[in-house]
Amino acid sequence: MKEDILKYGLPTLTRKTLIDMYAMMCRIRMFEERIVDLYPEQEMKCPVHLCIGQEAIATGVCLNLRKEDYVFSNHRGHGHALAKGSAMRPLMAEFYGKATGCSRGKGGSMHIIDVENGILGTSAIVAGGIPMGVGAALASSIRKEDRVTVIFFGDGAYDEGALYESFNFASLKKLPVVFFCENNFYATNSHQSARQSACRISDSASAFDSHGVCIDGNDAIEVYKAAQDSVNRARKGGGPSLIEAKTYRWKGHVGPDADYEKGCRPKEELIYWMERCPVKVMREFILSRNIVAENELKEIAASIAGEIDDAVKFAKDSEYPPLSDLLTDVYAPVKETL
Amino acid sequence: MPWTKVYSNKAEFEKALSENKDLRGLAYKDALLEATSQLLEADETVFVIGEGIDDAGGVFGSTRGLHLKFGRERVMDSPLAENGITGVAIGAAVAGMRPILVHMRVDFIPLSLDQIINHAAKWRYMFGGKVSVPIVIRSMIGRGWGSAAQHSQSLQSLFTNIPGLKVVMPATPYDAKGLLRASVYDGNPVVFIEHRWLYEHMGHVPSEPYTVPIGKAIIRRKGSDATIVAVSYMVYEAMSAAEILKDEGIECEVIDLRTLKPLDAPLILGSVARTGRLVIADTGWKETGIGAEIIARVVEDGFGALKSAPERVNLPEAPTPASPALEKAYYPGKIEIAAAVRRAVKKG
Ligand SMILES: Cc1ncc(C[n+]2csc(CCOP(=O)(O)OP(=O)(O)O)c2C)c(N)n1
Ligand SMILES: [Mg+2]
Repeated sequence: MKEDILKYGLPTLTRKTLIDMYAMMCRIRMFEERIVDLYPEQEMKCPVHLCIGQEAIATGVCLNLRKEDYVFSNHRGHGHALAKGSAMRPLMAEFYGKATGCSRGKGGSMHIIDVENGILGTSAIVAGGIPMGVGAALASSIRKEDRVTVIFFGDGAYDEGALYESFNFASLKKLPVVFFCENNFYATNSHQSARQSACRISDSASAFDSHGVCIDGNDAIEVYKAAQDSVNRARKGGGPSLIEAKTYRWKGHVGPDADYEKGCRPKEELIYWMERCPVKVMREFILSRNIVAENELKEIAASIAGEIDDAVKFAKDSEYPPLSDLLTDVYAPVKETL
Repeated sequence: MPWTKVYSNKAEFEKALSENKDLRGLAYKDALLEATSQLLEADETVFVIGEGIDDAGGVFGSTRGLHLKFGRERVMDSPLAENGITGVAIGAAVAGMRPILVHMRVDFIPLSLDQIINHAAKWRYMFGGKVSVPIVIRSMIGRGWGSAAQHSQSLQSLFTNIPGLKVVMPATPYDAKGLLRASVYDGNPVVFIEHRWLYEHMGHVPSEPYTVPIGKAIIRRKGSDATIVAVSYMVYEAMSAAEILKDEGIECEVIDLRTLKPLDAPLILGSVARTGRLVIADTGWKETGIGAEIIARVVEDGFGALKSAPERVNLPEAPTPASPALEKAYYPGKIEIAAAVRRAVKKG
């Protein structure tokens, strides 16, 4: 970590939290890397938007959340689901289009759901999930529940009107929302500077009388702290806030390959960010401070690898949905509740 | 049933009311208001949101005063952000509420098509039935007084094309109340399209809560020579046309469609099997409109019953003009419906 331990106010960060943080980042990284390995088999027949390089964000945020808190995400949502507590089996099975998938094979990797863990569905329309997230927060506010909603979106979603409409409403009604922008500088291959007049996303919070910060999205502890602030504010009735976290995706927009070979982005840029690998940063932090021993980290990795093996086997062994599923779930059965 | 009867004008209704003192008369807008009030009263998950719903007008009277009774937490004015607020309502529905969202004009709905088509209509299917979207989207078709091209559209066909949505268009006060309740409890996204010219229409409306089933059309008038399937306000024009034609010896069966999606094809097919002739009177445009779908269904499943080619009465293929002279020419009514029936009868 580039900052001193004291800056983070580490007394509030227990050894367990730090280890959990590292373990979750590994979990996401290894899960995504396994997809990279398996994808060429062409058995996973859906587009995959990998979040390798961005693991600190989902991890740092979700460690502040309770099971019942809501998380809304986007097309790049594997990490958010894992960090919020989703099991690997239903996720992997969904990517394989199997009936045991979290969406029974009807969603694919862009449409993850885990109602028990507060994930009410994930939109692949850029910014499309943002209003819905605010709506879920409105529901908890009307019901006077002590629930926070975190909405993850990219710098691309910042271009969309839906964000502003939603932010204004959330602020107007002081809803318990955290708007979390993962600024990886690109929307597909289009750089932020080609799309935005002012590349200062967090500044726009002030236009909605809300709180905005810009942080290093590759520093899990910094993310954790910023999210803690915003989550606490939301929970205490202080309304929404906006966190912009700068980060970088290592792979291409979609699929398992790096995209610099295709000329999408400069290779130097990728190298720069790979040196700031969030998992490596965290690992060095906990090792250098003797928070954990090297062999413990090995055990963590081994256990995650075993879990991934199991999830892949589960997914591959599972059945495809029966063809009779084609026309089910279009409508909810009508039940007169009165 | 007294409430299934359609009254073309106030005088006719008042006469009927004076003949049966047990029945209560209510205007369409007040039927909507009463239904909403009863829903808010009985169910804490119901809330209403829309632009200006708590103002003095109260959406042409249909939400008037509700905020005083139930508070602005449940009867909520909204920013002018149709797509965002539609998404907010959808998100609340997925999270367990039963929102009634009001877009004061059908013309404003296009701003929210992303949320309606990509989100509300898909959310259940896309997640394998793990969640549902119990939302009602109320909206009103405007007409007249130079409303012009952006304040008078009938866009129901945008929605009948989308699996996952239901579309209802009540024509009577009784149906307005009963269908609104059914829509709120349907558990699916329902696009609920009203017509401004129906707002003052009177009819019998029981004071207790009741539902009118979604997906069921109704025969408003029996007849043996031609079936007129009418939508929303056109039901009244069709009833008047049937009166005109009766004097000419042509007996029309008038079906009030009430629900456009899912379509009550059995009722229509049954009627066409008896009459052999089909005319559709819609409030909207012709191409790929509900009339096209109804004709296709009848041709697919009841071709043999048709004695002549079906006819359609729709708006001309142009946006709504403002000038009273052009506006008058723009809207078809009983005259055009009667002419269409005559053509159908003449053809065979
Ligand atoms: C409304 C809409 N427009 C365009 C697309 C195509 N699209 C999919 S992802 C994407 C880029 C999104 O960029 P960003 O929000 O920064 O997320 P990231 O992919 O960087 O994680 C685009 C343009 C879409 N899915 N939805
Ligand atoms: Mg991006």
